[in-house]
Amino acid sequence: MLAAAWQYLVAHPAAFAQALGVHVALSASALLLAALIAIPAAIAASRRPTLAVGITQSANIGRTLPSLAVLALVMPILGTGFVPSLFALTLLALPPIVQNTLAGLRSVEPDVVDAARGMGMTAAEVMRRIELPIAVPALFAGLRTAAVQVISGAVLAAFIGGGGLGDFITAGIAMMALPQLLVGAIPVTLLALGVDAAFGLAQRRLTSAGMRAA
Amino acid sequence: MTWLARNWDQVALGLAQHVGISISALAIAFALSMPLGIWAARSDRVQAVALTVAGFLYTIPTLAFLALLIPLVGLGPANAIIAMVAFSLVVLIRNIATGIRQVPPDIVDAARGMGMGELQVLARVEIPLALPLIVAGLRVAAVTVISVSVVAAYVNAGGLGTLIFNGIATDHPPKIWSGALTACALAIAVDTTLALVERRLRRQRSA
Repeated sequence: MLAAAWQYLVAHPAAFAQALGVHVALSASALLLAALIAIPAAIAASRRPTLAVGITQSANIGRTLPSLAVLALVMPILGTGFVPSLFALTLLALPPIVQNTLAGLRSVEPDVVDAARGMGMTAAEVMRRIELPIAVPALFAGLRTAAVQVISGAVLAAFIGGGGLGDFITAGIAMMALPQLLVGAIPVTLLALGVDAAFGLAQRRLTSAGMRAA
Repeated sequence: MTWLARNWDQVALGLAQHVGISISALAIAFALSMPLGIWAARSDRVQAVALTVAGFLYTIPTLAFLALLIPLVGLGPANAIIAMVAFSLVVLIRNIATGIRQVPPDIVDAARGMGMGELQVLARVEIPLALPLIVAGLRVAAVTVISVSVVAAYVNAGGLGTLIFNGIATDHPPKIWSGALTACALAIAVDTTLALVERRLRRQRSA
């Protein structure tokens, strides 16, 4: 069966490359957009307790929503295709990044912040040079969770015309064409595992030396 | 709304199937995780291997996992339940093992000193004290299982996802709304309820 899948792949290189490209583009842009929204939101929330309550609660709810339900709810409003899929996947990626960044910022000891202030740092400098570096491991844990979730969600984007490797899986299931199904399922599994491992590695690398010793 | 008013029985059937398959999967996952979690609490090596394997399963995209099972078990509820169990293992094993490991050694020693055997210590001291974390694990697992179950409708497992897929295929938004919003409501309701149980257990333990 694997040989048949390989034959299918060799026979359709352009279609596969296109689907893989869409899958990666969709996942990467959703993750990037979500990070650009979630990290500033978490920084703002770490300063204002009332905002933090609202953001934490919405993130908690957002995290429980089934991915496919979110994608399906977007479709009647925004239609089908790449952009509606991107919108839904960005929404799905927000909660883990917000939650983890906020948790990381909150783990900073008040004494450390006081000491930095005492050395004459401004609030922005304290954030950039003290709080964010300390929050990096947690932030990366959030990005890693979000990345895996987005790659998995992007498979489901095939249902609302978002393209990607999910197209091979849905077509394969619909026609009970197992080789075609595997050409979608195996690469996307490897993609998720690879990205998960890469983020794990990056998380360790980007943690500052002082933090690693601790 | 008019569609929902006329077809509430379809939604109710989907919801009932959804709850049924989710509970079955959760029960199987829990039955597997309990011994594995206890074993993992006793041995670092077992914990590392169990969490690595379960974490690997958890990382596989949902629809890909369901698809990869088709050559092995075909379409239907069995396929869905295997995937749902596989996705719940990591959080259940981790929380059970961590919960038991967090029991203070003094308390275990005191229980031994009172003449309790290995099994009695586990059943009457360690598991009760680990309960808040075990419930926290069940909560995450329940939400995961509900989410996977929506997708599993595509491999003919039934449930609320069926409404979503039918709605997409026939371009019928009210059907999509009914299925998707009911699934969201179910996930939020289960999460909130188990969060409440967890908080109550924590308060009892600390009192």
